[in-house]
Amino acid sequence: MDFELVRLAVPTLAKGLWLTAVLTVTSIVIGFNLGLALAVMRLSKNTALSSFAKSYSTVFRGTPLLVQLFLFYYGLGQLSFVRDNPMLWWIVGDGAHCAVMALALNTAAYTSEILRGGLMSIPGGLVEAAQACGMSRFLRFRRITFPLAIRQALPAYGNELVLVVKGTSLASTITVLEITGHAKRLMSQTYAILEIFAIAGVLYLLINLVLITLVRLLEAHLTRYLPR
Amino acid sequence: MELGLWQVWDGGWISAILRGAAITVALGVTSMAFGIVIGVACGLMKWARLFPLTLVVDVYTSIVRGVPELLIIYLLFFSSVEFVAQVAAAFGYEGLAGHGYAFTIAVVAIAAISGAYSTEVVRGALAAIPAEHIEAARALGIPGRRIFRRIIAPQMLRIAVPGMNNVWQTTIKDTALVSVVGLQELMRAAFVGAGSTRHPFIFYLIAAVVYLAITLVSQGGFDWIERLLRPRTRK
Repeated sequence: MDFELVRLAVPTLAKGLWLTAVLTVTSIVIGFNLGLALAVMRLSKNTALSSFAKSYSTVFRGTPLLVQLFLFYYGLGQLSFVRDNPMLWWIVGDGAHCAVMALALNTAAYTSEILRGGLMSIPGGLVEAAQACGMSRFLRFRRITFPLAIRQALPAYGNELVLVVKGTSLASTITVLEITGHAKRLMSQTYAILEIFAIAGVLYLLINLVLITLVRLLEAHLTRYLPR
Repeated sequence: MELGLWQVWDGGWISAILRGAAITVALGVTSMAFGIVIGVACGLMKWARLFPLTLVVDVYTSIVRGVPELLIIYLLFFSSVEFVAQVAAAFGYEGLAGHGYAFTIAVVAIAAISGAYSTEVVRGALAAIPAEHIEAARALGIPGRRIFRRIIAPQMLRIAVPGMNNVWQTTIKDTALVSVVGLQELMRAAFVGAGSTRHPFIFYLIAAVVYLAITLVSQGGFDWIERLLRPRTRK
């Protein structure tokens, strides 16, 4: 291992780490809320709503994230009504904004499937009991359905979070300099392929480790009523 | 026309996209085939807890599953491109390093990724086989190899199908990533078309539709396999 090189590469890649973290957190926050809305829509009795949610998840899960990203970044930028609308242009015109949008829309599709499983696993009796207590629809969702569904869905959602972290690397293909973007640049400048891969890889593993630990802690917190 | 549908038709891009789609499917199928071989071998090692090998497999699956696919592709491509070009040049094939090489390295990369996920699927499927079945077979004195062939393998196959479906769907989508290193598959064909006609919207839309068609058709295929393997209870 060339230590001079490591001293050069670590600070550069650490700069990318910050952007990777920002991309991850922003897309997870947007994607989770969107996914929750889609999961509720999917389970609604209104056929228009549920079939919209179903086709949304089919399309976003059936096509590669890279295609979605390129379609938004290069494709939408071409359309004149997007160019003329300042709000849309703010999203599409900037690589990082566009990456967040693509990632959020993509993870929303997977999140909706995961949460749907959680929502469907709730025993009907619990909801009936809450109804009998006179809880309103919203209160019922907030106090009974959602907490139980999220507890059920958490392990699967942890996997999805790892996929989002890995997905952020695609932002490097639309000129965003996060970890992979910096790594690729350094690889072609220094030819120290393995060293740079190792450093970048460790950074990703660290982020994933932190996320998984947080999910485990949350899971332990939510199941603290269980005997150990 | 603003979208450029006419250019797609007139410029012969349809055939370029179809050729790209064929390469995408070929790449996906080849990588998945190698991935299943890796998955079965590594899954068995993990399940049987063969000590030093289990450790190696654990390191392999944790790295591949925790690091972005794109980074793995960059590693394998950049670390080999010089070497392969030199070897090819030494044998007098300067130009040849292009096409076959890109496909080979793409298969290596995608198979390594798909293999890591298959390992977990196979291990899970093996763990789901009731231990009593194996005990019963042992008690009857059936030799180990036949226990595997008649009792373990068929059940493993059936239980692993839904998981393998997921791995296949991600594998076919991961093939889009190798377009960044220049293999002329579906995504690359769309990229080239978008660049030279200046109509990216329509080209990426077509690519998305073709990928969607591939994933939907293979979903149907897996549903069929699942029905085929479902155990039939005797009446």
